[in-house]
Amino acid sequence: MSSTIDRREFLTRTGFTLAVAVTPSGLKVFAMGETDTDSEGFQPTVWYTLSSDNQLTVMVNKVEMGQGTHTALPMIVADELDVKWEQVRIEQAPTRKQYYDPPSFTRMGTGGSGGVRGMYEPLRKAGAAGREMLTQAAANRWKVPVSECQTSESRVHHQTSGRSLPYGELLKEASQLPVPENPRLKDKSEFTIMGRPIPRLDIPAKVNGEAKFGIDIFVPGMLYGVVARSPVYGAEVQSYDEKAARAVPGVRHVVRVDTPEVQGSSFRHAGIAVCAETLDAAWRGRDALNIKWSPGESPTLSTETVDRDLVAGLEKQGLSARSDGDVQGALGNAHQQVQAEYHLPYLAHVTMEPMNCTVHVQPDRCDMWIATQGQSRNLDTAVELTGLKPEQVHVHTTYLGCGLGRRGRIDFGHEALQIGKAIEEPVKVIWTREEDIGYDLFRPGNSTRIKAALDKQGRVTAWSHKVVAPQFSVRQGSSIDTQATSGLTRLQYQIPNVSVDWVRLENPIPVTFWRSVGSSHNGFTVESFMDELAHAAGKDPLEFRLQHLKENPRLHGVLELVADKAGWGKSLTGAEGRGIAGYYSYRSYVAQVAEVSVDRRTGKVKVHRVVCAVDCGPHVNPDTIHAQMMGAITMGLSAAFKEKVLFADGGVKSLNFFDYHLLRMSESFPVEVHIVDSEDSIGGCGEPGLPPAAPAVANAIFNATGARLRRLPMTPEQVLQALKQV
Amino acid sequence: MAQSITLKINGQSHTVEAEPDVPLLWVIREYLQLSGTKFGCGIAQCGACTVHVDGQPMRSCQLQVIRAVGREITTIEGIREDHPVKQAWIDIQVPQCGYCQSGQIMSAVALVEKNSNPSEDDIIQAMEGNLCRCGTYTRIKQAIYQAAEEVRNS
Repeated sequence: MSSTIDRREFLTRTGFTLAVAVTPSGLKVFAMGETDTDSEGFQPTVWYTLSSDNQLTVMVNKVEMGQGTHTALPMIVADELDVKWEQVRIEQAPTRKQYYDPPSFTRMGTGGSGGVRGMYEPLRKAGAAGREMLTQAAANRWKVPVSECQTSESRVHHQTSGRSLPYGELLKEASQLPVPENPRLKDKSEFTIMGRPIPRLDIPAKVNGEAKFGIDIFVPGMLYGVVARSPVYGAEVQSYDEKAARAVPGVRHVVRVDTPEVQGSSFRHAGIAVCAETLDAAWRGRDALNIKWSPGESPTLSTETVDRDLVAGLEKQGLSARSDGDVQGALGNAHQQVQAEYHLPYLAHVTMEPMNCTVHVQPDRCDMWIATQGQSRNLDTAVELTGLKPEQVHVHTTYLGCGLGRRGRIDFGHEALQIGKAIEEPVKVIWTREEDIGYDLFRPGNSTRIKAALDKQGRVTAWSHKVVAPQFSVRQGSSIDTQATSGLTRLQYQIPNVSVDWVRLENPIPVTFWRSVGSSHNGFTVESFMDELAHAAGKDPLEFRLQHLKENPRLHGVLELVADKAGWGKSLTGAEGRGIAGYYSYRSYVAQVAEVSVDRRTGKVKVHRVVCAVDCGPHVNPDTIHAQMMGAITMGLSAAFKEKVLFADGGVKSLNFFDYHLLRMSESFPVEVHIVDSEDSIGGCGEPGLPPAAPAVANAIFNATGARLRRLPMTPEQVLQALKQV
Repeated sequence: MAQSITLKINGQSHTVEAEPDVPLLWVIREYLQLSGTKFGCGIAQCGACTVHVDGQPMRSCQLQVIRAVGREITTIEGIREDHPVKQAWIDIQVPQCGYCQSGQIMSAVALVEKNSNPSEDDIIQAMEGNLCRCGTYTRIKQAIYQAAEEVRNS
């Protein structure tokens, strides 16, 4: 704990809130507008208010997309403040600067497995500060030393005299005390709420149909907007029949829209929006537009050309992201050289809630209702597009029908704002599934070649890693893509000579963050190759990893734990083979053992179970961590077995769930999660469960059959092909 | 041409002006604002829009509204709060993002009301058409076993 409470967190709320209010029994209030918050009550920081009836209202500045943040964040405050959990409610913090993400307060967003990780310290300090002030207020009233007072369950107690006061009676006096900048934080042994599997606050509303997602917004008088966008990358509108669209009953407006350029891509959604009184009328109007498009910028782009370019990139000179020691020398002196190539496809997000956004742009006010991971970027976009002042723009956050990184982009909000500005009426813009896939920004495809040197003792003396991937995340002052090389520039294994080169893949396909981002491909290549090396060295894959992790106690620890829990080295029951993988991402360490069997005739792989160990440092809600690991593993294996975006004729060919398949119930498997009781630095939980899943399964397939799967997805055809090479 | 259409949803009568071929999903969601029923794919591949029509689970994105006239339609809002399936969903803490869960629950309710002792294969058969991107399948299975037991014992 290094920083003190930031002065900006002391700001009194002037604001307007109540975008979504949730009580422990579920979603009770969904206000369309904004209302004044209760200015009464004890509010030592912006993060909560304690009212005279002992109700604690926590302002949650992270969005809820299934990761449980709306429960974990109030748990942190409630525990340090020592209030009864039953008296806790939350409000989604409005998109206002005082609620932006500490410590910089420059943006408000949810991603990078950073919710609990980023708010753990500020919220603990905020809660502890309040607890100290309430304790002091009671001590002052009783005229006793504060050291003789304790707190529990929303009360201050004075043990020697047996006196006790509820917080609610101390609010006024406590409010007049200075806010301590460095309050004493509880010791872990004093936690009463954190570390317990508290039921999630948002679940009752998600079970009874009341939870409001972006698509569930209704504004009085609202129209429906749908957009016809470029069918292929770079196509521009040449002509269209506005009259015909306007002639469709119910159609009210036809509007040209454009979207901003995406970094590292020439991708645009140039298009035409049709707004109508009903969604079906808007669709009929869109059909009537009869748009003629220009051919686009790369009419020959297809799955084949994308795959070919990825492979061809391996023969190109890359940019050096890392060069430690003398890799070529060590390879030359190797007792044994090992080389392998891996190929991973472009992936879509396909959040179950397709993109949508509702806006109402008026001359002096702009309202935006959006399931977004990036509220402040949407607010900034609205300011830019409407010319209004930031305080005139109201970004209302709804529940997110999954985020996965997709909802961190502003394209769908930007598009809705353009429409709303043009028509000056409230409008809900809805994307179909085909649009959601066709205009997605994808997880990049990737080809990788790794060469390594083993010495006589079976130790890795050199690791040469070349990755071919498109650019999308280059930091200022660097020429290297941080996501393409994520996890490689800080390879966890102790290897004396390492080189990492990135070859930039050039094509117009837009890419963005996808759960675990660069680690979603580099986890697969590194952990598959470690398995290949272990095999080449004639060593057990677990022992081989541990041998290279002597100075990395946390990754070492989760690998040992998962091996122990999975019965590594013992005989299997049911399954034919098991594989192991461990990976560090988002400051957490996760290792998994997968057990599989393979049908030699059909190439079908059955996953019997996945055992997972996670060290994320201190943990707030173990049940949520279990759910996040289970979810990340399932998504990782959905991608590993089934997912690949198809391209044709210069654009996206995949349309819907019949040609972009996800894992279904029959392919699901039990997941066992073990959480390390750790006091180490805190890590994230939304993403780190994903990277080890695919390599653990691929390694298990190798263990079962001797077939090495180096190309994803591991479809039955791929498995059969690999089996033939055994 | 739009026409006046009367539907019986969750025991109540609703009249809307709509084209007869509009999918029932959009009438339920956008015309009547019963937004618990979700849109996921529009082609009966994901199950997010599952409702009961005369007690049978159906994908409301594939049923023209005119064909739902005179039939008993039940949505997530029409399943009582203390239904064993809803209770099990809370006990097991099934939902993550929650978007697909109305459809999952509607499929599960139809299953346990027909078969209160489902095998794993029965569960898979009933639930295979419901996609979940968050990966809650294992907890869904667990919750269905619990709900079915509750139905058996009641």
